[in-house]
Amino acid sequence: MTTPETQADISAEIDKIKADAEGLAKEGKPSRQPLLDYPPYRSSALRHPTKDPRHADPETIELWSPCFGHSDVNPLEADLTIGVDSSWNTQFTGEPIGERITVSGRVLDGEGRPVRNQLVEIWQANSAGRYIHKHEQHPAPLDPNFTGVGRCLTDDEGRYRFQTIKPGPYPWGNHLNAWRPAHIHFSLFGRAFTQRLITQMYFPGDPLFALDPIYQSITDQKARDALVATYDHDLSVPEYSMGYNWDIVLTGPSRTWTEPEENDK
Amino acid sequence: MSNPLPTPGHTIGPFFGYALPYEGDADLVPSARPDAIRLHGTIYDGAGRPIPDALLEIWQTDAEGNVPQAEGSLHRDGWTFTGFGRAACDLNGHYSFTTVLPGPTEEGTAPFFALTVFARGLLDKLQTRIYLPEHPANAGDPLLVSLSEDERATLVATADATGLRFDIHLQGDRETTFLNYG
Repeated sequence: MTTPETQADISAEIDKIKADAEGLAKEGKPSRQPLLDYPPYRSSALRHPTKDPRHADPETIELWSPCFGHSDVNPLEADLTIGVDSSWNTQFTGEPIGERITVSGRVLDGEGRPVRNQLVEIWQANSAGRYIHKHEQHPAPLDPNFTGVGRCLTDDEGRYRFQTIKPGPYPWGNHLNAWRPAHIHFSLFGRAFTQRLITQMYFPGDPLFALDPIYQSITDQKARDALVATYDHDLSVPEYSMGYNWDIVLTGPSRTWTEPEENDK
Repeated sequence: MSNPLPTPGHTIGPFFGYALPYEGDADLVPSARPDAIRLHGTIYDGAGRPIPDALLEIWQTDAEGNVPQAEGSLHRDGWTFTGFGRAACDLNGHYSFTTVLPGPTEEGTAPFFALTVFARGLLDKLQTRIYLPEHPANAGDPLLVSLSEDERATLVATADATGLRFDIHLQGDRETTFLNYG
């Protein structure tokens, strides 16, 4: 058996790629997306395409997005501290352990227009850094009052809002002593199929940022910053929860913008 | 005012299994419907091993070529065609949708399923199209004609006893052709 790689090994690789990318960025436009071929994230080795994507002019179906509505999402699903399951039954008898937070922001398209009435899905670890997923092996405690799954629809201003608890960082098997910074997974639908996005929201000032090969797979600092929420005191609820704001911008071609009066059914 | 900068994507990670799949997610229509077909296949990594922790989504027109704009994908009523389906791969890397063949949005254009691929180890989504085998309009499709024969073959499903089979290869000799729309 080979000696497990250390954080120092991974960090050296991260720094090397960063230096190369900064050189490239000086010559042109820095990439805002993660590198799909990013060796420090070991699982990417056999799972990234080796060929560049081919250009396609989007056709009709690709310029529209699936439609979700109130038959799909119960407003209670936005509160992860009460635990509504897929049949919309409340599952918990008590409150989850952890720092209560409100996470809110706007979903916008590439021109800054709100993405209205669209589905937002989130999932996250509990405050001890444990997911309820059956393959999760981190021996941190499960919380019987927290599943870490939420959904909501954006409002007319493109705003979403979740009530939850702050997830903990957790160890993973990429290398020896690998820890993921605390994050919430977000799944978003835009105004077109081409805008579909799954990403992760981080918390400000996390000391693990520099060490994490997933976060660092985005080589441009400004783009990485776009995944970090800001503490927002106006979102904090007196005597109850801390507030974080995080706006999401979806890009990709979509059909011509029409006013909501014409667009909405 | 300048446009806001796009939010980067990130890997779906390993733990989406209790969050994103839902009952009926891969059944766009009931399998008893007379025109129902199965669209299925396996997703492979660069070593030819199946990927058990991938999530696939399809988005398509109905059989007449209309773009669905009905809600109800998350709580299906068995009658409304929403055009959206989601399938988590099983431990053999296999996925399976129950749906109908998409119709062309305009006379003479090639219909296809729009496909999005997410997986642990894949740092951002991949998108492509699944075309129908031996459809007469394929010969004039702008994307298909722009590809080499080998690339084209990766985007066309094959017919089988219950519908269509479409395997996905993230790397290797048969690497699937993925698309950008920018």
